[in-house]
Amino acid sequence: MTARMENIIGILLAVAVTAATLAFGGKALLDVLMRLAIFGLLALSLNILVGYTGLVSFGHAMFFGLGSYTFGLLMQSGAVSIPVAALLTLVAALVWGGVVGMFCIRLDDIYFSFLTLAFQMLLYSIIVGFVSLTGGDQGLMGGIPRPPFLGLDLTDPRQLFVVTMAVFVTCVLIIRQIVQSPFGFALRMIRDNAERARFLGLPVQRYKLIAFVLSGLFGSISGILMSLYVSGAYPNFAFWSTSGDVIFMIILGGITVFLGPLIGAAVFLLLNDNITRMTEHHGIVMGVVLLAVVLGLRKGFLDLLDDWWRARAGAVR
Amino acid sequence: MNAEALLGCFAAPACIVTQVSAGMIIGMLIFLVASGVTLIFGVLKVVNFAHGSFYMLGAYLALTVYGASGSYTLAVLAAVVGVGLFGTIFERFFMSRVYNADVLMQLLVCYAFILILDDVVKIVWGGDFLKMGMPREFALPPIKVWDGYVPPFYAFLTVFAVAIAVLVGALLRFTQFGKIVRAAAVNRQMVSVLGINTSLVYALIFGLGSMLAGLAGALAAPVRAAVPGMGFEILIECFIVTIIGGMGSMAGAFIAAIGIGLIRSFGSIGFPLASEGVMFAIMAIMLLVRPAGLFGRKAS
Repeated sequence: MTARMENIIGILLAVAVTAATLAFGGKALLDVLMRLAIFGLLALSLNILVGYTGLVSFGHAMFFGLGSYTFGLLMQSGAVSIPVAALLTLVAALVWGGVVGMFCIRLDDIYFSFLTLAFQMLLYSIIVGFVSLTGGDQGLMGGIPRPPFLGLDLTDPRQLFVVTMAVFVTCVLIIRQIVQSPFGFALRMIRDNAERARFLGLPVQRYKLIAFVLSGLFGSISGILMSLYVSGAYPNFAFWSTSGDVIFMIILGGITVFLGPLIGAAVFLLLNDNITRMTEHHGIVMGVVLLAVVLGLRKGFLDLLDDWWRARAGAVR
Repeated sequence: MNAEALLGCFAAPACIVTQVSAGMIIGMLIFLVASGVTLIFGVLKVVNFAHGSFYMLGAYLALTVYGASGSYTLAVLAAVVGVGLFGTIFERFFMSRVYNADVLMQLLVCYAFILILDDVVKIVWGGDFLKMGMPREFALPPIKVWDGYVPPFYAFLTVFAVAIAVLVGALLRFTQFGKIVRAAAVNRQMVSVLGINTSLVYALIFGLGSMLAGLAGALAAPVRAAVPGMGFEILIECFIVTIIGGMGSMAGAFIAAIGIGLIRSFGSIGFPLASEGVMFAIMAIMLLVRPAGLFGRKAS
């Protein structure tokens, strides 16, 4: 199957799911799919770094928080329309990602994880400390105004759902395009052997920075969608536990298959919702599940499926 | 920013003494946790992201034992031994399984334990702030230094932390065990070929690093309120200290930790909202000017 065929099938599937949900689904299904789209995009955007470049960022939530707060504040100011606010948010994410990235990519391995985590906590403490602007612990209250644009009224949950799905699918296609491009293969080479990549004349640091910024941009889009969905922004969007959750999603789904993180996000949300409903000690249960996956399976679900598929194909041949 | 208050403090010796002593204990606590992380990383080449949670566990253990026995000495011992044992078990049954896996896996094992430990603490001790108060042993009049007063416990904490650091340093430098450890850090396989049980060495080092975290927790209990999640806060400071001080350098961690402690304590007067920002700024400048840190060897 060619990449183009896969893309077309993916789009058709997304359109079918969206249409079917609009036709038959209730409010609950709408909510589930919107959250899946938001966190799926967040996990896929992080996987540009983790899976393809081999940089384990433990601070990805900073882009999620940055996106939702910047967008929310811009909309609350009432000065700009939704598309303009989204564009400005992307610019903000670009600048933040560029500056933070310049520091982070100087370090390798675990120190890269430290530093991303540290910068994320910096953003978190700014959000919590700057009460007059962000509302501190309470979060961005009072709702986010959603004035109509281009004939779309996002206060209508069904229209918001369609727009969320459309943005999600577009972003996924772009990310796929990126990782399948020569640039994407250069990232894989950096992941596998940065030194050799350097010998071959690849500007490794610049590529890492670009990957960092791209990952951040898509992360902030996920943040924008989140602030539209909950009509607010909360400090825990930028907290370390959110970063941890996203990494958890990636590992649940698998890092070697493109859509792995999306499946991981689905499994994670399913687990999370059920555990929260059953017990208040949600940390223990999630921690044990995580240990079981990491120490037991040692791979994500799609990784396992992929292995099994390849083994079977090998046996037939 | 309140420059006036800060200048006012610098003009009054009493204020300087108070702030310096407060900064020193913050710095010493960070240093103890950071030295545990550094020790483990130096030998095992893994970073224990759950080290902050070990610190939290130490604080809670000390709190309980002190409450039950009324002896702070016993409380400190219990925290050190308890967390040391926990760390050894954690290494043997969990961490050792992901030594050869990539960083992501190690990070996730630690993350799982951070989640679990935070919740366990909530179940056992509740989610509210718990205070130990000053231990009876230290209910003494404050020591007069220059024009100000220093609580005896502050002085004890600082001296004790330094003594422990020197002791650990001496253990690694001058004893047979230290030689084995240092050799294992360079080439584990070679050491094990010589008939030394390197798995045991790894477990011991992990236990020793955990004991430092437990000690820090026990020492923090009288001066800081214990709360689930306290481990994460110190973990971040600990990372900043390791980056500023140079990776794997105890001396660097020591100086950087004191620096961070002083920034925190003077910052609470002069720039309460920005003290975190100042820490990050220093770290950022260090990364730009000297990526290997104060005392770090040149990064490869």
